[in-house]
Amino acid sequence: MEQVLQQIGIDQYIYLAILLFCIGAFGILYRRNAIVMFMSIEIMLNAANLLLVAFSTYHEDANGQVFVFFTMAVAAAEVAIGLAILVAIYRNIGSIDIDKLKKLKG
Amino acid sequence: MSTTILLLTLIFPLVGTLINGFWGKHLSKKVSGTIATMAIAASFVTSCLFFAYIQGSQEPIKIVLFEWMKFNYFSIDFGFYFDQLAALWLLFITGIGTLIHLYSTSYMSHDENFSKFFTYLNFFVFFMLILVTGSNLAMMFIGWEGVGLCSYLLIGFWYKNKDYNNAAKKAFIMNRIGDLGFLIGIFVTGYLFHTLDFVELKEQSFLAPTLGIATMAFFIAATGKSAQLPLYTWLPDAMAGPTPVSALIHAATMVTAGIFMITRLNFLFDLTPDVQHIIAIIGAATALMAATIALVQNDIKKVLAYSTVSQLGLMFLALGLGAYEVAVFHVITHAFFKACLFLGSGSVIHAIGGEQDMRHMGGLKKHMKITYATFFIATIAISGFPPLSGFFSKDEILLTAFHHNIVLWVVASLASILTAFYMFRLLFLTFSNKFRGTKEQEDHLHESPSAMTMPLIILAVLAAIGGLISIPGNSWLNEFLKPVIKNNAASHPHVLGTTEYMLMGLAVVGALVGLMVAYFKYIKNKQVPVNDNNVSGLQKLFANKYYLDDIYQSLIVHPLNFFGSFFKNQIDGLINGIVLSFGRVPSELSYQGKKAQNGNIGLYLFAFVIGVCGLLYYLFMCY
Repeated sequence: MEQVLQQIGIDQYIYLAILLFCIGAFGILYRRNAIVMFMSIEIMLNAANLLLVAFSTYHEDANGQVFVFFTMAVAAAEVAIGLAILVAIYRNIGSIDIDKLKKLKG
Repeated sequence: MSTTILLLTLIFPLVGTLINGFWGKHLSKKVSGTIATMAIAASFVTSCLFFAYIQGSQEPIKIVLFEWMKFNYFSIDFGFYFDQLAALWLLFITGIGTLIHLYSTSYMSHDENFSKFFTYLNFFVFFMLILVTGSNLAMMFIGWEGVGLCSYLLIGFWYKNKDYNNAAKKAFIMNRIGDLGFLIGIFVTGYLFHTLDFVELKEQSFLAPTLGIATMAFFIAATGKSAQLPLYTWLPDAMAGPTPVSALIHAATMVTAGIFMITRLNFLFDLTPDVQHIIAIIGAATALMAATIALVQNDIKKVLAYSTVSQLGLMFLALGLGAYEVAVFHVITHAFFKACLFLGSGSVIHAIGGEQDMRHMGGLKKHMKITYATFFIATIAISGFPPLSGFFSKDEILLTAFHHNIVLWVVASLASILTAFYMFRLLFLTFSNKFRGTKEQEDHLHESPSAMTMPLIILAVLAAIGGLISIPGNSWLNEFLKPVIKNNAASHPHVLGTTEYMLMGLAVVGALVGLMVAYFKYIKNKQVPVNDNNVSGLQKLFANKYYLDDIYQSLIVHPLNFFGSFFKNQIDGLINGIVLSFGRVPSELSYQGKKAQNGNIGLYLFAFVIGVCGLLYYLFMCY
């Protein structure tokens, strides 16, 4: 374990995670396609996961890795539901452009 | 004398009220009316028992149920005081009350709110009994307010008519003015003597500099309740109520409450002669003024109403002259003949299908023999022909006035001559000559059923012989009332000399003149009063009731209305604006904030990211 961090320093992981998170965040802000936004969310999620495992190794504490397993399981479930919703929306309005989803406002 | 029996006198009418009030809708009219009448009749029986007791032993009974209020230096009991004065009032309230209840069972038989009527009527009797038996001023005030309430409810009994409602409101508000006087009187009395109890007051009262305020305030209360100048205008309007109500409340009992109160407090009034002078003057003025107005009224009940005001004025004249037992005497005889007259007019109105205008009556003598006979007896009683009751009582007032002040005597005599005239005018217009109404009404004419004629006959008999209780020179009433009135017989010697017989003769001649004028005018010449718009001169002044109502209207009602609308439109709007503007701030803010929620998910996300960034900045940079 130690060797991994010796080859590539912990700060590299942090930079990568920040980069991934920013990519996800900007993806969410710029794109209008629901599936792409969905993917962006997953990227952000994975950035967080990456940090978790990195720090877990850094602190030599397995808890972080257990968290990541849970996060991945939840994310999988979320993807299943989210995609189902998107399919339903597409069937209804023939598009998944979020600008066309304004009818949901109260 | 058991106290239970005395309290039962009060409880019977209350029980009648509760039964009719809660279950009246489920009872048949017959049962409902019987219960109400029996309640008052039972009270009458216990009153008779009490009267027999007090006539024998002369010992008043005081019942204290509990201590009602306690202050530093004095307390007010919830108690009752049964004495000679209360005994008289009890007798004629419950006695005449029973007759009028009996009468009402027939008179109101077509009314849909039959049981409600009897609820109110029993309730009224209950409060009236509290008024006369209360042992202190506060107890009397309970009754005083209660009868005012019942009077209001019964005047506005036919609540679907707007005029009737206005009449009820007028009566209530006018009485409120008087009630304020009563309250001030109570406060001043309590402040001066540290007690409100009548027995203690009688022993402890002394002439204090501010006592005049109290007695004047009490007199103002009496002018409200007993319809004297300047507050009398509600009583003629109160004729909007059903006729039995006019007979019971607005002729026989409630309006005599003021006289009762002043007689009850005679020891206080004796200490303030200035106030007594005012009472005498107001009484005489009211008597004459109301009598002149009665001359030109065409509504049969209005004539009787003004007649009541006028007779009450005579009673106040007697009170003002310190002749309390004379006033009480006239109260009793007046209760008999005025109740008889009102019930007689009710019988006429009933027969003629609701018509009250005398110009459309006439010739009823043939159709309603009993009503006519009783009405005739009551008319000669009120006009003051010997030996009927009105002669004795009115004559005593005139004699007292003559001994004190010749001007008051002239005014009072004039009022009683006018009384004779307008009463016979009423009698002739209603019962003599030919019928002036429509054909349908004429076919409908009938004598009233026996439930209505029975009370008439009894009251007519009482009106005829009622004067025997106080024959000049040998007065049972004066002896009976001796324990109640402190200054008994000091102010008015009952010696019958030549002057007195002369005066009696003059009074009878005066009444005869009134009768003759009415006879020539309405029987010989068969005149019928013209429309109110076509009268002129003095008649016009009388027909418009001295413009007193118009004066009140423009001096009090209109300015009040003006202020009311000013406050409603201007001040209320201003205050409302200020208060509402506080409410408008958050509503405006949220209206603007609402626009952010426009359904644009991109915008939401943008805000979300910005928010997270701000939060992170705050967490990491500020610490």
